[in-house]
Amino acid sequence: MRRGAWRVAALVVMGGAACRESVPAPQAEGPPRVEASTPVVREGPRYGLGRLATAGEIAAVDLDVSPDGTGLPPGSGTAVQGAEIYRQKCGICHGQKGEGMSTVYPALIGREPRQGFPFGTDWKIVKTVGNYWPYSTTLFDYIRRAMPYTAPGSLSNDEVYALTAHLLAANEVIAKNAALDAASLAAVRMPAHDRFVPDDRRGGPEVK
Amino acid sequence: MTDLTRRDLLTGAAALVGGAVLAGLPAVADGQAKPAVPPRPTVPPDPTKVTGGATTAVGSRSAFEHPVRTPAGETTGYSLTPLQDLTGTITPSDLHFERHHAGVPAIDPEQHHLVIHGLVERPIVFGLEDLKRFPAVTRVHYLECSGNGRTSYREPKPEMTPQKVYGLTGNTEWTGLTVAQLFREVGVKPEAKWFLAEGGDACLMSRSVPVEKGWQDALIVWGQNGEPLRPEQGYPLRLLLPGFEGNMSVKWLRRLELGAAPWMTRWETSKYTDPLPDGTSRQFSFAMDATSIITAPATPSLLSAKGWWPVTGLAWTGRGKITRVEVSVDGGRNWHDAELQEPVLDMAHTRFSYPWEWNGKETVLLSRATDQTGYVQPMRARLLEVRGQGTDFHFNHIKGWRIRPDGKIFYHGET
Repeated sequence: MRRGAWRVAALVVMGGAACRESVPAPQAEGPPRVEASTPVVREGPRYGLGRLATAGEIAAVDLDVSPDGTGLPPGSGTAVQGAEIYRQKCGICHGQKGEGMSTVYPALIGREPRQGFPFGTDWKIVKTVGNYWPYSTTLFDYIRRAMPYTAPGSLSNDEVYALTAHLLAANEVIAKNAALDAASLAAVRMPAHDRFVPDDRRGGPEVK
Repeated sequence: MTDLTRRDLLTGAAALVGGAVLAGLPAVADGQAKPAVPPRPTVPPDPTKVTGGATTAVGSRSAFEHPVRTPAGETTGYSLTPLQDLTGTITPSDLHFERHHAGVPAIDPEQHHLVIHGLVERPIVFGLEDLKRFPAVTRVHYLECSGNGRTSYREPKPEMTPQKVYGLTGNTEWTGLTVAQLFREVGVKPEAKWFLAEGGDACLMSRSVPVEKGWQDALIVWGQNGEPLRPEQGYPLRLLLPGFEGNMSVKWLRRLELGAAPWMTRWETSKYTDPLPDGTSRQFSFAMDATSIITAPATPSLLSAKGWWPVTGLAWTGRGKITRVEVSVDGGRNWHDAELQEPVLDMAHTRFSYPWEWNGKETVLLSRATDQTGYVQPMRARLLEVRGQGTDFHFNHIKGWRIRPDGKIFYHGET
């Protein structure tokens, strides 16, 4: 989905949380009316507490990656390199073939063979990177911030690129011998990309 | 270590975890631990004839009472609030459900900071002391994991208790300050439409939140029922987004980044999205729909005699106030308005009660909540029709209890 569309979605969602009878049109400007909570007060005193953050302080924690590639660091890695890192650091929990273990260590590899994204009707279909994740950048972001489970933050950026490449290749999203860097990762389009829709629940009598 | 197989992990890890030496492998506990109930304590036959106990530094429950959470998983997982053991609306802090994705971190409050940056005029670092110098607000709000009720939706079983059916919720008096106050401090730019909230746990939990929610009613809290947050609830600092799915109220909060678009983190794409029967998946389904559950009479208690039994439970909605709760004592043929305990608060558990005279025959008790938007809690069959069996979150279907002539009570999930 286009990024602009999510801004619209946000307005609609917030309106749904608040409005009894009217839902703000997607093009509505400004904050939606809040009925269900305390009044929105944008203006008010400033107390000047805290201190200005330095660029270094922000950089030390600002690790997030956006779908357009913003935040991806320099570096690169290949699927072949990633397969070896995976074998050493990931397979014991997620399975050497990415099949997962119990419900705690999710399956990572596998494409849903049936047509039509049938997750809504069959909860036993295992969601994987290949059949469910809508953005390739999420994979890099999550591995870098949280994996391996017992040593989060221990991978180099090159290793994270390599693991990302391995998992995308194993899911048949990119070629088996592909290499990834910031530009090529952000360009990867995931199979489930178009399956996600914004929340359309609004409160009121309709059950959605 | 080299001989450790995955089967070993599945079957033995819980027992071995104490010696985390096992290459530091994360523990798996598939079943729910069932703590043994201690033997009934011995007390004097006539307590009016014996001097009582001394004062204590920290109080404890009566030795006759043993409400417990039901922990599942050792380093990641959840534990459930024992709804059937609680009265009123406030969840005792030590019984509040937990859900964490990489364990409970140990954080020194003096070392903990919150940095706010991105599309702001002034990126600012706040220590705990800085935050506590702002005007504080105290509000009562519920939290609910949006996975609450999943098992009872997909595979209801008669032996389920309120805790097992619906225990991923709690209701708390929170103390902190408004996110709006901090937005004013940093000067949020008009082009900022979302903010990323990030926790300081081992997975750096991160969720994108519409900036409007920050201006509306979001809180950053350090107080839980009159004392600092429990570690499981985010000590020393957490985000609190009233009415939104619990995962978004990021615990151990260390960072807010203002941005123009959502970040599409793992927890808002591969998790916390709702596959629908039409082949799409609903994303950013923030608000929790109106819901309720009868907490008594309920499994595993027993109706020991015919006659009056109060039917009581909790109702809540992510869209403001509960306006009505109806109770059926005949499986849904007739509905009666229950009394709502005042005050009824926005995005807070609301206690309801209905006096019921049991005639000793088999029947089914149900509760149905309505909120201020006019939304009425649906039957499970209706939710299945609309959302399908594969939907992964938001299970606010009507839940019931079957009363047997012998007084035994069983979960009635097929509503």
